Amino acid sequence: MRDLYQAQRTMRQMRRQAMARGVLAVLDVGTSKITCIILQFDGPGQFRDTDGVGPMAGQSSFRVIGQFTTQSRGVRYGEIDTMGETERAVRHVVQGAQKQAGVRVDHVIATIAGARPASYGLAGEITLTAGKVTEQDVAAVLAACDAPDFGRGREVLHAQPVNFAVDARSGLSDPRDHVGNRLAVDMHVLTIDGTAASNLVQCIRRCDLELAGVGSAAYAAGRAALVEDEQELGAACIDMGGGVTGVSIFLKKHMIFADAVRMGGDLVTRDISQGLRVPTQTAEWLKTRHGGLEATGRDDVEMIAVGAASGAETGDWETDRRSISRADLIGIMRPRVEEILDGVRAVLDAAGFDHMPSRQIVLTGGASQIPGLDVLAARILGQNVRIGRPLRIQGLAQQHTAPCHAATVGLALHAANPQDEWWDFEMPVERSGVIGLKRAYRWFRNNW
Amino acid sequence: MPGLNRLTPSLGWGARPAPVRPPAGRPQPAGAAVAATRPQRRDPAPSRLSYRLTRMWLTPLYRRVIRIGLPAFLACMIAGLWLSDETRRASLQGGVTAMIEKVQTREAFMVHRMQISGASAAVEKGLLAMLPVTLPASSFDIDLDSLRTQVERLDAVEKVELRIMPGGILSAHVTERRPAVLWRHARGIDLLDKGGYRVASVTSRDVRRDLPMIAGEGAGARAAEAMALIDAAGPVLPRLRGLERMGERRWDLVLDRGQRIMLPAERPVAALEQALAMDREGGLLARDVVAVDLRDPGRPILRLGLTAQNTLRRALGMPELAPDGSVIEPDEDKDGAAGGKAGAAAGKRPADRG
Repeated sequence: MRDLYQAQRTMRQMRRQAMARGVLAVLDVGTSKITCIILQFDGPGQFRDTDGVGPMAGQSSFRVIGQFTTQSRGVRYGEIDTMGETERAVRHVVQGAQKQAGVRVDHVIATIAGARPASYGLAGEITLTAGKVTEQDVAAVLAACDAPDFGRGREVLHAQPVNFAVDARSGLSDPRDHVGNRLAVDMHVLTIDGTAASNLVQCIRRCDLELAGVGSAAYAAGRAALVEDEQELGAACIDMGGGVTGVSIFLKKHMIFADAVRMGGDLVTRDISQGLRVPTQTAEWLKTRHGGLEATGRDDVEMIAVGAASGAETGDWETDRRSISRADLIGIMRPRVEEILDGVRAVLDAAGFDHMPSRQIVLTGGASQIPGLDVLAARILGQNVRIGRPLRIQGLAQQHTAPCHAATVGLALHAANPQDEWWDFEMPVERSGVIGLKRAYRWFRNNW
Repeated sequence: MPGLNRLTPSLGWGARPAPVRPPAGRPQPAGAAVAATRPQRRDPAPSRLSYRLTRMWLTPLYRRVIRIGLPAFLACMIAGLWLSDETRRASLQGGVTAMIEKVQTREAFMVHRMQISGASAAVEKGLLAMLPVTLPASSFDIDLDSLRTQVERLDAVEKVELRIMPGGILSAHVTERRPAVLWRHARGIDLLDKGGYRVASVTSRDVRRDLPMIAGEGAGARAAEAMALIDAAGPVLPRLRGLERMGERRWDLVLDRGQRIMLPAERPVAALEQALAMDREGGLLARDVVAVDLRDPGRPILRLGLTAQNTLRRALGMPELAPDGSVIEPDEDKDGAAGGKAGAAAGKRPADRG
């Protein structure tokens, strides 16, 4: 885990550099679209106290100066499939955002949606020698977590301490300077496929960009779409993307579980395309324009011309001039959406979501915009369901405030003030190779 | 499900006839037909080169170099290369000089003659001699400021206004100093204006009989005071011979018949007015008085002439005085009375001395 620790620390360093320079890009590589927004960090002091603008959720310290969205290419199930195509799409989107911002951006924070996430709850415990908790003790207890075998080729994406306990007192978020003899920690670790992660890194490197961090799309969407109380009391965020439906569960403002269902809105489109024998573009248009999940009697009468609208002439008069009723469309879409929600239900059951104190479910992502989804989701997932939109951030265009950009906004918030991760703490001294030098350096810095 | 229907009449399918079919023939390959009808869509993504160039262009340093540095460098390089040849440099210099010359010698800028007003003949001659160029000349060659300072260095000129007027005329309006007083000193006689500034030298007093005369070392510097005194000496002006500066400190008003009014260093005009008042009251200056000593304003002292003294002494029965001040010894019969008179005269003398 040493390499990973160093790599993550390097990315944190990059992020700090980017914050110092003041410009940072957020890149959301999704299955159906790629979004890039460029953030300008003006630092604190942008608003006066009298303006009535508090720190909010950390989004008052930056503003969006450039944004661009384009169709994604070469991505399947949230993983990069064809590197060259994806690279081109990334270049396109970064160039568009740069052009709008008028600045060159070198540091980028990316999301990764698929790559088969798996989440683990780890526990560690140490005995305190000094009788109270110091910074080194926190690092030591994080290092003392006994990691299970994650499997071959798995990489740790997030490793966040969720809960600290000193002696019998549990539920501490910051144990420093607490008096006690024993420090225990619960850590949530999210692992993903290493190949998918390295593909993403490689793709971004090929665009001459420096990676300043990687975040899970489900986690980012949860940060953007859940309101603070939901994060505190416990809620699940379902990010229904194009290829992957991400699930993240939050409790006490920490992500405690994340998983993904490898089904998404693109499957619905494919079903429509196959069922109605229309091109994929027409199917997408049908889904977004006329799609729905709850059929009514009116829908039998409402006819949609599918042939003429497509523009793709097959030469067959019968095929080019067809029309379908909306009920037909709903009949195709509903089973697939039900299947996706069933997958989500299975994931939530596996996570023990039923035992949570508050069972709030927030649907977000592009596919959550299907009319009637909240009714269907309430039937399958539970009664506390709402459609979530991402938090507002300064300078974001209207078109980017839709639910499909929740992960982008969440990652921007994550970039502005990231949660503590394991690699934010100093490696404990007995594990460090250059212990003497470091100690000498620290001594010099403290005493001279 | 699919098929014709009449529920959507707005589309107007029902009235439309069957489409015209292409004539039967060899079927064309599908790809070619697509290519013919619709051109291949261009990849919207930028090429790697254009992406890198855009990023480079957005870098502030490169941007500054390309937008400012490069054009400046090119301009300098081209100019330098062109000027590296000696003949080109010379021809450029010659061309520029010729162009400047051509503009400067245009008819509009030429000065043909000089018009001098308010100057005497001598000053006018000097002014013409001072002109640095021979007319006609370009107005660019005449430095009016330096010419003005040079002209004003002449003693006789108080102020000169030089301007080039339309029609090629260099106009000089000279204000000369007006001589107000003659100053006789050890080196000759000078004409001074009313501020005491030297105007010219004269050879004799007779050149300007109308001007009053002052004399003595340091009198020139205090000419203004002298003028004030002369103005105040209205009634005795016909008798005035001049003013004399005594010891670079105070004035003596010299009248004819060798009379002097000795004025104090402080407030001489008031003292002079006092003397004139005494003259008005008792005709003081018409009498035989050699000097009116007003150096102490509180105690005017008169020095009597010899005739007046002898008259007085005769009336008192004392021996008369000779012009050199010595007592003429009387005959033996008047011996007793003469000794007493001589003692009285000797007691009075020290007060007369100036």
